[in-house]
Amino acid sequence: MDIRLYMAQRLSAIIMIPLVFGHLGVMIYAIQGGLSASEIMSRTQGSVFWFMFYGLFVIAVSVHGAIGLRTIMSEFLRLNDLALDAIMWGFGLVSMFMGARAVSAVTWL
Amino acid sequence: MTVKVWRGDKNGGAYQGFDVPRQDNQTVLDVVSWIQQNQDPNLSYRFACRVGMCGSCAMMVNGTPRWTCRTHVNKVLDANTLVVAPLRNLPPIKDLVADMDPFFDKWIEAGGHHNPSASRYDTMPQIAPDDTKRAVANESIECINCAVCYAACDTVAHNDNYLGPAALQRAWTLYNDEKVNDTDAVLAAVSGKGGCHNCHSQGSCTLYCPNDLNPMRAISGLKAATIKHHIKGGR
Repeated sequence: MDIRLYMAQRLSAIIMIPLVFGHLGVMIYAIQGGLSASEIMSRTQGSVFWFMFYGLFVIAVSVHGAIGLRTIMSEFLRLNDLALDAIMWGFGLVSMFMGARAVSAVTWL
Repeated sequence: MTVKVWRGDKNGGAYQGFDVPRQDNQTVLDVVSWIQQNQDPNLSYRFACRVGMCGSCAMMVNGTPRWTCRTHVNKVLDANTLVVAPLRNLPPIKDLVADMDPFFDKWIEAGGHHNPSASRYDTMPQIAPDDTKRAVANESIECINCAVCYAACDTVAHNDNYLGPAALQRAWTLYNDEKVNDTDAVLAAVSGKGGCHNCHSQGSCTLYCPNDLNPMRAISGLKAATIKHHIKGGR
Protein backbone atom coordinates (compact mmCIF):
# COMPACT_ATOMS: atom_id res chain seq x y z
CA MET A 1 0.00 0.00 0.00
CA ASP A 2 1.38 3.39 -0.89
CA ILE A 3 0.45 6.73 0.60
CA ARG A 4 -2.33 7.55 -1.89
CA LEU A 5 -4.25 4.36 -1.12
CA TYR A 6 -3.56 4.90 2.59
CA MET A 7 -4.95 8.45 2.42
CA ALA A 8 -8.02 7.35 0.42
CA GLN A 9 -8.76 4.63 2.95
CA ARG A 10 -8.35 6.92 5.97
CA LEU A 11 -10.42 9.71 4.43
CA SER A 12 -13.20 7.29 3.52
CA ALA A 13 -13.10 5.99 7.10
CA ILE A 14 -13.47 9.51 8.48
CA ILE A 15 -16.49 10.08 6.21
CA MET A 16 -18.00 6.74 7.29
CA ILE A 17 -17.80 7.34 11.07
CA PRO A 18 -20.84 9.68 11.37
CA LEU A 19 -22.68 7.89 8.55
CA VAL A 20 -22.41 4.48 10.28
CA PHE A 21 -23.81 5.93 13.50
CA GLY A 22 -26.57 7.70 11.54
CA HIS A 23 -27.39 4.47 9.68
CA LEU A 24 -27.56 2.38 12.88
CA GLY A 25 -29.55 5.07 14.69
CA VAL A 26 -32.10 5.35 11.90
CA MET A 27 -32.48 1.56 11.67
CA ILE A 28 -33.16 1.27 15.40
CA TYR A 29 -35.50 4.28 15.30
CA ALA A 30 -37.38 3.04 12.24
CA ILE A 31 -38.30 -0.35 13.72
CA GLN A 32 -39.40 0.96 17.13
CA GLY A 33 -42.91 1.97 16.04
CA GLY A 34 -43.22 -0.90 13.55
CA LEU A 35 -42.82 1.16 10.36
CA SER A 36 -43.65 -0.86 7.27
CA ALA A 37 -41.46 -0.88 4.17
CA SER A 38 -43.93 1.27 2.28
CA GLU A 39 -44.04 3.81 5.11
CA ILE A 40 -40.25 4.03 5.08
CA MET A 41 -40.24 4.39 1.29
CA SER A 42 -42.77 7.19 1.48
CA ARG A 43 -40.33 9.13 3.65
CA THR A 44 -37.16 8.40 1.69
CA GLN A 45 -38.39 8.68 -1.91
CA GLY A 46 -37.73 12.11 -3.28
CA SER A 47 -35.63 13.04 -0.28
CA VAL A 48 -32.46 14.91 -1.26
CA PHE A 49 -31.11 14.39 2.27
CA TRP A 50 -31.35 10.60 2.23
CA PHE A 51 -30.02 10.52 -1.33
CA MET A 52 -26.96 12.51 -0.23
CA PHE A 53 -26.61 10.54 3.03
CA TYR A 54 -26.62 7.05 1.47
CA GLY A 55 -25.01 8.18 -1.78
CA LEU A 56 -21.99 9.41 0.16
CA PHE A 57 -22.09 6.28 2.32
CA VAL A 58 -21.98 4.01 -0.74
CA ILE A 59 -19.03 5.89 -2.25
CA ALA A 60 -17.08 5.83 1.04
CA VAL A 61 -17.81 2.13 1.66
CA SER A 62 -16.80 1.18 -1.88
CA VAL A 63 -13.48 3.02 -1.64
CA HIS A 64 -12.75 1.81 1.91
CA GLY A 65 -13.73 -1.79 1.33
CA ALA A 66 -11.91 -2.11 -1.99
CA ILE A 67 -8.60 -0.84 -0.59
CA GLY A 68 -8.97 -3.02 2.51
CA LEU A 69 -9.69 -6.08 0.37
CA ARG A 70 -6.61 -5.26 -1.73
CA THR A 71 -4.45 -5.31 1.43
CA ILE A 72 -5.94 -8.60 2.64
CA MET A 73 -5.43 -10.21 -0.79
CA SER A 74 -1.89 -8.87 -0.91
CA GLU A 75 -0.93 -10.28 2.49
CA PHE A 76 -2.74 -13.62 2.37
CA LEU A 77 -2.53 -14.59 -1.30
CA ARG A 78 0.60 -12.59 -2.26
CA LEU A 79 -0.88 -11.66 -5.62
CA ASN A 80 0.98 -9.35 -7.99
CA ASP A 81 0.10 -5.66 -8.33
CA LEU A 82 -1.90 -6.15 -11.52
CA ALA A 83 -4.13 -8.79 -9.92
CA LEU A 84 -4.47 -6.70 -6.75
CA ASP A 85 -5.48 -3.60 -8.69
CA ALA A 86 -7.96 -5.65 -10.75
CA ILE A 87 -9.57 -7.00 -7.56
CA MET A 88 -9.61 -3.55 -5.96
CA TRP A 89 -11.23 -1.82 -8.94
CA GLY A 90 -13.56 -4.74 -9.62
CA PHE A 91 -14.81 -4.93 -6.05
CA GLY A 92 -15.01 -1.14 -5.72
CA LEU A 93 -16.96 -0.63 -8.92
CA VAL A 94 -19.36 -3.54 -8.27
CA SER A 95 -20.03 -2.28 -4.72
CA MET A 96 -20.57 1.21 -6.01
CA PHE A 97 -22.93 0.02 -8.74
CA MET A 98 -24.96 -2.16 -6.37
CA GLY A 99 -25.03 0.59 -3.76
CA ALA A 100 -26.06 3.22 -6.29
CA ARG A 101 -28.84 0.94 -7.49
CA ALA A 102 -30.14 0.54 -3.94
CA VAL A 103 -29.87 4.25 -3.17
CA SER A 104 -31.70 5.22 -6.35
CA ALA A 105 -34.43 2.66 -5.69
CA VAL A 106 -35.02 3.97 -2.17
CA THR A 107 -34.65 7.71 -2.72
CA TRP A 108 -35.80 8.44 -6.28
CA LEU A 109 -39.44 9.03 -6.98
CA MET B 1 16.50 -29.82 30.52
CA THR B 2 15.63 -30.77 26.96
CA VAL B 3 16.74 -28.35 24.27
CA LYS B 4 15.36 -28.69 20.76
CA VAL B 5 17.62 -26.93 18.28
CA TRP B 6 16.65 -26.29 14.67
CA ARG B 7 19.23 -27.84 12.35
CA GLY B 8 19.17 -27.19 8.64
CA ASP B 9 19.71 -24.63 5.91
CA LYS B 10 17.73 -22.69 3.30
CA ASN B 11 16.43 -25.97 1.86
CA GLY B 12 14.76 -26.98 5.11
CA GLY B 13 15.56 -28.64 8.39
CA ALA B 14 14.28 -30.25 11.57
CA TYR B 15 14.64 -29.99 15.33
CA GLN B 16 17.34 -32.00 17.08
CA GLY B 17 17.05 -32.73 20.80
CA PHE B 18 19.86 -32.27 23.32
CA ASP B 19 20.05 -32.84 27.08
CA VAL B 20 21.72 -29.84 28.66
CA PRO B 21 22.56 -29.46 32.37
CA ARG B 22 20.78 -26.63 34.18
CA GLN B 23 22.93 -24.02 35.90
CA ASP B 24 22.27 -20.93 37.94
CA ASN B 25 22.09 -17.70 35.96
CA GLN B 26 22.20 -19.60 32.69
CA THR B 27 21.29 -17.70 29.53
CA VAL B 28 19.91 -19.18 26.31
CA LEU B 29 23.19 -18.24 24.62
CA ASP B 30 25.04 -20.22 27.34
CA VAL B 31 22.87 -23.22 26.46
CA VAL B 32 23.55 -22.96 22.73
CA SER B 33 27.29 -22.49 23.40
CA TRP B 34 27.29 -25.52 25.73
CA ILE B 35 25.77 -27.68 23.00
CA GLN B 36 28.32 -26.45 20.46
CA GLN B 37 31.25 -27.00 22.84
CA ASN B 38 30.14 -30.32 24.38
CA GLN B 39 27.70 -32.05 22.06
CA ASP B 40 28.06 -30.98 18.46
CA PRO B 41 30.86 -28.68 17.22
CA ASN B 42 29.03 -28.44 13.89
CA LEU B 43 26.25 -26.35 15.38
CA SER B 44 26.28 -22.89 13.78
CA TYR B 45 25.07 -19.81 15.62
CA ARG B 46 26.04 -16.17 15.86
CA PHE B 47 27.10 -14.02 18.78
CA ALA B 48 29.74 -11.43 19.65
CA CYS B 49 29.49 -9.24 22.72
CA ARG B 50 27.47 -11.46 25.12
CA VAL B 51 26.20 -8.36 26.96
CA GLY B 52 23.29 -7.09 24.85
CA MET B 53 25.13 -4.45 22.86
CA CYS B 54 25.97 -5.92 19.46
CA GLY B 55 22.60 -7.36 18.42
CA SER B 56 23.98 -10.48 16.75
CA CYS B 57 22.66 -13.33 18.92
CA ALA B 58 18.90 -12.94 18.42
CA MET B 59 17.01 -16.22 17.88
CA MET B 60 13.53 -17.64 18.29
CA VAL B 61 13.22 -19.08 21.80
CA ASN B 62 10.06 -21.09 22.43
CA GLY B 63 8.49 -19.29 19.49
CA THR B 64 9.42 -15.79 20.63
CA PRO B 65 12.20 -13.63 19.18
CA ARG B 66 14.74 -12.79 21.89
CA TRP B 67 18.30 -11.58 22.43
CA THR B 68 19.67 -14.85 23.72
CA CYS B 69 22.65 -13.42 25.63
CA ARG B 70 20.33 -11.49 27.96
CA THR B 71 17.55 -14.06 28.18
CA HIS B 72 17.76 -16.19 31.30
CA VAL B 73 16.70 -19.79 30.90
CA ASN B 74 14.59 -19.71 34.07
CA LYS B 75 12.41 -16.99 32.50
CA VAL B 76 11.61 -18.87 29.30
CA LEU B 77 11.88 -22.56 30.17
CA ASP B 78 8.56 -24.27 29.41
CA ALA B 79 7.95 -27.79 30.80
CA ASN B 80 11.73 -28.15 31.23
CA THR B 81 12.10 -27.63 27.47
CA LEU B 82 13.67 -24.95 25.31
CA VAL B 83 12.99 -24.73 21.59
CA VAL B 84 15.60 -22.65 19.77
CA ALA B 85 15.35 -21.67 16.08
CA PRO B 86 16.78 -19.05 13.72
CA LEU B 87 15.01 -15.69 13.56
CA ARG B 88 11.64 -15.70 11.82
CA ASN B 89 11.07 -13.73 8.60
CA LEU B 90 14.69 -14.15 7.47
CA PRO B 91 16.08 -16.98 5.33
CA PRO B 92 18.17 -19.44 7.37
CA ILE B 93 21.79 -19.90 6.31
CA LYS B 94 22.65 -22.81 8.61
CA ASP B 95 21.19 -23.98 11.92
CA LEU B 96 20.60 -20.91 14.09
CA VAL B 97 22.22 -18.41 11.72
CA ALA B 98 19.69 -16.34 9.77
CA ASP B 99 20.63 -14.35 6.68
CA MET B 100 20.45 -10.70 7.78
CA ASP B 101 20.79 -9.29 4.23
CA PRO B 102 17.07 -8.53 3.68
CA PHE B 103 16.99 -6.76 7.04
CA PHE B 104 19.95 -4.49 6.29
CA ASP B 105 19.00 -4.01 2.63
CA LYS B 106 15.68 -2.59 3.82
CA TRP B 107 17.51 -0.45 6.35
CA ILE B 108 19.34 1.19 3.43
CA GLU B 109 16.14 1.33 1.33
CA ALA B 110 14.40 3.26 4.11
CA GLY B 111 17.14 5.88 3.94
CA GLY B 112 18.96 4.59 7.00
CA HIS B 113 22.32 6.01 6.03
CA HIS B 114 23.81 9.38 6.79
CA ASN B 115 23.31 12.07 4.16
CA PRO B 116 25.37 14.95 5.48
CA SER B 117 23.83 18.36 5.05
CA ALA B 118 26.96 20.30 5.96
CA SER B 119 30.63 20.07 5.06
CA ARG B 120 33.59 20.01 7.41
CA TYR B 121 33.98 23.76 6.86
CA ASP B 122 30.58 24.56 8.29
CA THR B 123 30.12 25.11 11.98
CA MET B 124 28.64 22.30 14.03
CA PRO B 125 24.92 22.77 14.67
CA GLN B 126 24.17 23.45 18.30
CA ILE B 127 21.51 21.02 19.46
CA ALA B 128 20.16 21.37 22.96
CA PRO B 129 19.58 18.01 24.69
CA ASP B 130 16.09 19.14 25.71
CA ASP B 131 15.16 20.19 22.18
CA THR B 132 11.78 18.62 21.31
CA LYS B 133 12.90 17.01 18.05
CA ARG B 134 16.12 15.81 19.64
CA ALA B 135 14.13 14.14 22.41
CA VAL B 136 12.13 12.23 19.78
CA ALA B 137 15.29 11.26 17.89
CA ASN B 138 16.90 10.11 21.14
CA GLU B 139 14.06 7.66 21.78
CA SER B 140 15.24 5.41 18.99
CA ILE B 141 19.01 5.70 18.81
CA GLU B 142 19.60 2.78 21.16
CA CYS B 143 18.54 0.32 18.45
CA ILE B 144 21.17 -2.44 18.18
CA ASN B 145 19.89 -3.91 14.88
CA CYS B 146 19.17 -7.28 16.43
CA ALA B 147 16.15 -7.81 14.11
CA VAL B 148 13.96 -9.05 16.96
CA CYS B 149 11.26 -6.57 15.88
CA TYR B 150 11.62 -7.71 12.27
CA ALA B 151 11.14 -11.34 13.33
CA ALA B 152 8.18 -10.42 15.55
CA CYS B 153 6.32 -8.47 12.86
CA ASP B 154 3.38 -10.22 11.16
CA THR B 155 3.28 -7.58 8.43
CA VAL B 156 6.87 -8.45 7.51
CA ALA B 157 5.82 -12.11 7.45
CA HIS B 158 3.02 -11.43 4.96
CA ASN B 159 4.47 -8.61 2.86
CA ASP B 160 7.88 -9.08 1.24
CA ASN B 161 8.20 -5.40 0.38
CA TYR B 162 7.52 -4.06 3.85
CA LEU B 163 10.57 -2.27 5.23
CA GLY B 164 9.94 -3.42 8.78
CA PRO B 165 10.00 -1.73 12.20
CA ALA B 166 13.75 -1.21 12.65
CA ALA B 167 14.34 0.46 9.28
CA LEU B 168 11.28 2.68 9.68
CA GLN B 169 12.28 3.64 13.20
CA ARG B 170 15.70 4.63 11.85
CA ALA B 171 14.00 6.79 9.23
CA TRP B 172 11.96 8.47 11.98
CA THR B 173 15.16 9.21 13.91
CA LEU B 174 16.71 10.79 10.82
CA TYR B 175 13.55 12.80 10.16
CA ASN B 176 13.88 14.34 13.63
CA ASP B 177 17.62 14.86 13.40
CA GLU B 178 18.60 18.54 12.98
CA LYS B 179 21.68 17.43 11.06
CA VAL B 180 19.54 15.92 8.28
CA ASN B 181 18.44 18.61 5.85
CA ASP B 182 16.55 16.66 3.24
CA THR B 183 13.69 15.35 5.34
CA ASP B 184 11.52 15.18 2.19
CA ALA B 185 13.83 12.41 0.94
CA VAL B 186 13.32 10.54 4.21
CA LEU B 187 9.54 10.77 3.83
CA ALA B 188 9.72 9.72 0.17
CA ALA B 189 11.74 6.65 1.13
CA VAL B 190 9.07 5.49 3.57
CA SER B 191 6.03 6.37 1.40
CA GLY B 192 6.48 3.75 -1.30
CA LYS B 193 4.99 0.32 -1.80
CA GLY B 194 6.74 -1.23 1.22
CA GLY B 195 6.57 1.91 3.33
CA CYS B 196 5.24 2.84 6.75
CA HIS B 197 1.60 2.81 5.58
CA ASN B 198 1.61 -1.00 5.50
CA CYS B 199 1.95 -1.14 9.30
CA HIS B 200 -1.18 -2.50 11.02
CA SER B 201 -0.10 -1.19 14.43
CA GLN B 202 -0.21 -4.66 15.96
CA GLY B 203 2.68 -3.62 18.17
CA SER B 204 4.73 -6.83 18.24
CA CYS B 205 7.84 -4.76 17.51
CA THR B 206 7.33 -2.67 20.62
CA LEU B 207 6.31 -5.67 22.72
CA TYR B 208 9.41 -7.70 21.92
CA CYS B 209 12.09 -5.00 21.50
CA PRO B 210 14.76 -6.05 24.00
CA ASN B 211 15.86 -2.44 24.48
CA ASP B 212 12.33 -1.25 25.29
CA LEU B 213 12.20 0.98 22.24
CA ASN B 214 8.90 1.84 20.58
CA PRO B 215 9.09 1.31 16.81
CA MET B 216 5.28 1.37 16.57
CA ARG B 217 5.25 4.96 17.86
CA ALA B 218 8.03 5.86 15.42
CA ILE B 219 5.99 4.41 12.53
CA SER B 220 2.91 6.34 13.71
CA GLY B 221 5.07 9.47 13.66
CA LEU B 222 6.11 8.72 10.09
CA LYS B 223 2.49 8.14 9.05
CA ALA B 224 1.48 11.51 10.50
CA ALA B 225 4.47 13.28 8.93
CA THR B 226 3.85 11.74 5.49
CA ILE B 227 0.16 12.68 5.64
CA LYS B 228 1.01 16.31 6.46
CA HIS B 229 3.60 16.33 3.70
CA HIS B 230 1.14 14.78 1.22
CA ILE B 231 -1.57 17.32 2.03
CA LYS B 232 0.91 20.15 1.50
CA GLY B 233 1.52 18.81 -1.99
CA GLY B 234 4.50 16.53 -1.55
CA ARG B 235 4.63 12.97 -2.69
